[in-house]
Amino acid sequence: MTYLDHAASTPTRPEVVEAMMPWFTQHPGNPSGAHQQAREARRAVDEARDAVAALVGADSSEVVFTSGGTEADNLAIDGVLRSKGGTPICSATEHPAVLEPVRDSGGIVVPTDEAGQISLEALAETLNSIDNISLISAMTANNETGVINPITDIAELLEERFPSTYLHTDAVQATAWMDLAKYCEGAHLISITGHKFGGPKGAGALIIKKGVPFLATQRGGGQERERRSGTQNVPAIVGLGKAAQIMMSEREILSARVTDLRNQLEEKLIALIPDTFRTLPAESNRTPQIAHLCFKDVESESLLFLLEQEGIAASAASSCASGAQQVSHVLQAMGIDYEKASGSIRLSLGWTTTEEEINHALNVIPQAVTQLREYSK
Amino acid sequence: MSKVMVAMSGGVDSSVAAALMLEQGHEVVGVTLRLWGGESDSGCCAISDVDDARRVCDELKIDHHVFNMSDEFDNHVVNPYVSSHAAGLTPNPCIECNRHIKFDLLHHRVQALGFDRLATGHHARIITQPDGTHYLARAIDTSKDQSYVLYMLDQKKLAILDLPIGDLTKEQVRDLATKLNLRTATKPDSQDVCFITREHGRNDFLRKRIPLTPGRVIDTTGAEVGSVEAVEMVTIGQRKGMATAGGTDPRYAIDVDVPNATVTVGKPEDLLVDSMPVKDCVWANQPTSGSVLVQISAHGKPMEATLKDNNVYWAEPQRRVAPGQAVVFYSDNKVLGGGMAC
Repeated sequence: MTYLDHAASTPTRPEVVEAMMPWFTQHPGNPSGAHQQAREARRAVDEARDAVAALVGADSSEVVFTSGGTEADNLAIDGVLRSKGGTPICSATEHPAVLEPVRDSGGIVVPTDEAGQISLEALAETLNSIDNISLISAMTANNETGVINPITDIAELLEERFPSTYLHTDAVQATAWMDLAKYCEGAHLISITGHKFGGPKGAGALIIKKGVPFLATQRGGGQERERRSGTQNVPAIVGLGKAAQIMMSEREILSARVTDLRNQLEEKLIALIPDTFRTLPAESNRTPQIAHLCFKDVESESLLFLLEQEGIAASAASSCASGAQQVSHVLQAMGIDYEKASGSIRLSLGWTTTEEEINHALNVIPQAVTQLREYSK
Repeated sequence: MSKVMVAMSGGVDSSVAAALMLEQGHEVVGVTLRLWGGESDSGCCAISDVDDARRVCDELKIDHHVFNMSDEFDNHVVNPYVSSHAAGLTPNPCIECNRHIKFDLLHHRVQALGFDRLATGHHARIITQPDGTHYLARAIDTSKDQSYVLYMLDQKKLAILDLPIGDLTKEQVRDLATKLNLRTATKPDSQDVCFITREHGRNDFLRKRIPLTPGRVIDTTGAEVGSVEAVEMVTIGQRKGMATAGGTDPRYAIDVDVPNATVTVGKPEDLLVDSMPVKDCVWANQPTSGSVLVQISAHGKPMEATLKDNNVYWAEPQRRVAPGQAVVFYSDNKVLGGGMAC
């Protein structure tokens, strides 16, 4: 199997699995307990907390473990609003985990430019014209295209002109590729999730910087310093911590290797297949792992079907609850026309991607596109 | 052995169709179409039906895919359904779905994806004649026969289509599903139009999309005898809601005039006509004329008539057929083709 769907989920690193195992098989403790076993679990969770804090450039006390990216995004928006009130803003290319809570709380969705990046001008204009904007949520890198938002610029804008507005960034797709400690330094809240960078599914974190007004939404035993109740998922959190450690030491090498493979894949596909376009403008600032291409006169659903038959896993836009592919809200927000958007696919690379896989894709995709075009009406 | 794509709705018929194709030794892939994105009786986007199809495929150990054709469904089925009603016609959305979605888009995709054949769980049969031509015939289980809603299938479509359960009664289908331990064995048959919920009904659905016009009801002398809430919802031949104040005889809608918001009611005999025009005829093989059996609703009784130049001449006077309804021509049990009442 050639796995080109790392943006959906990455294979778990073996070191991560190894680190998690004892927390299933040997240590039953609940981190909130008082005995030896509980203290062991507590220590393991706190070590993972240190690793995550180091990865994103936060203090350990600012790390709140969650069940993943969606919970972290929901919690960031709802948690700030519950404490501070006001209106949230996000852009139209955000993940539904941000868009839905923003819409539900009467928030404002601002348009983006043709690369899907939030526009600083539009943002400033909205902040100027509407009172009581309490929170802006802008993703670090987009999950479909990999395009990077100017988080530092947004942070500066807020600091200088709108100091009572907080900035949340969904860094879920960026964690494996960008130095969040540097790039997201000005953000007040940061969401990450383990399974996008070699960690397990079911463990993520929301970083809530000191001084950010916040009230928990999931209430109960007050774990995670009263910001998120519920017994911590100890094995998964240990795995998340291990993955964070690995990222710290391997990110730069991995990024360079994957950028090279992605560029080969993209450039060769464009050269091999007529009427193939990059979804993003060529000069866009983007993460290394995603090749997002549009093939004229091809339906992405059919193309993915043929790729799967040849042992290649990829995806188109976002999948809905039924498992069907639907035309992406991200591409729509970028103003890409329907015809073009419906023939686009996302090939996403990651830590396991090999040159053989890229060559396999380069063999299969041109043939599949040719087959579909022969039948296209 | 052929490579077969089975269209699976999540119901028992298509589950068994997939099982039978597999049993015949074919390479089978199950596909469920996501058609309606809105509210339905089985939840939003009919997710539980998609899940049922997926789980049946797991049980049969075959691959399952979901194809999203919801935009096309809106364009070719839902929107025309709404505008037909707005024009006072009586549309059949299941037929338009078969015509434009299952046996056009999906048929096309079957070939584009390198499959040899398409199979569905419809109750009808395909019979191949010695000269190699195919025709659609009624199902063995005549009470479940769906040949009426498949009248648009031509030679090209029939040539790669399999209807594996057409030779079985519904009871046999369920028995087989039980024997194979398929989770859909006792699932109730789907009812009515998939995008209209039982809870809210057709009126609510249309009211959200088009303005419904209150109308007056007149009798054949032109005297006003009552009113209706929405002329768009009245079908020719309809009796319900047509009773007039003080009247004792049953009254039927014999004419619906949407632009003038007027429904004319009359006695049953006022509905009777000797002939009716049809349009947009399609044929299983080639255009036909002469003596035929004509069916005008999904489970209606076939009636004798002579077909000539897009006109049906009834052997005996028949009630008027609502414009927009499908009119299907048979010879004995064989579908010759069909068109639309106009």
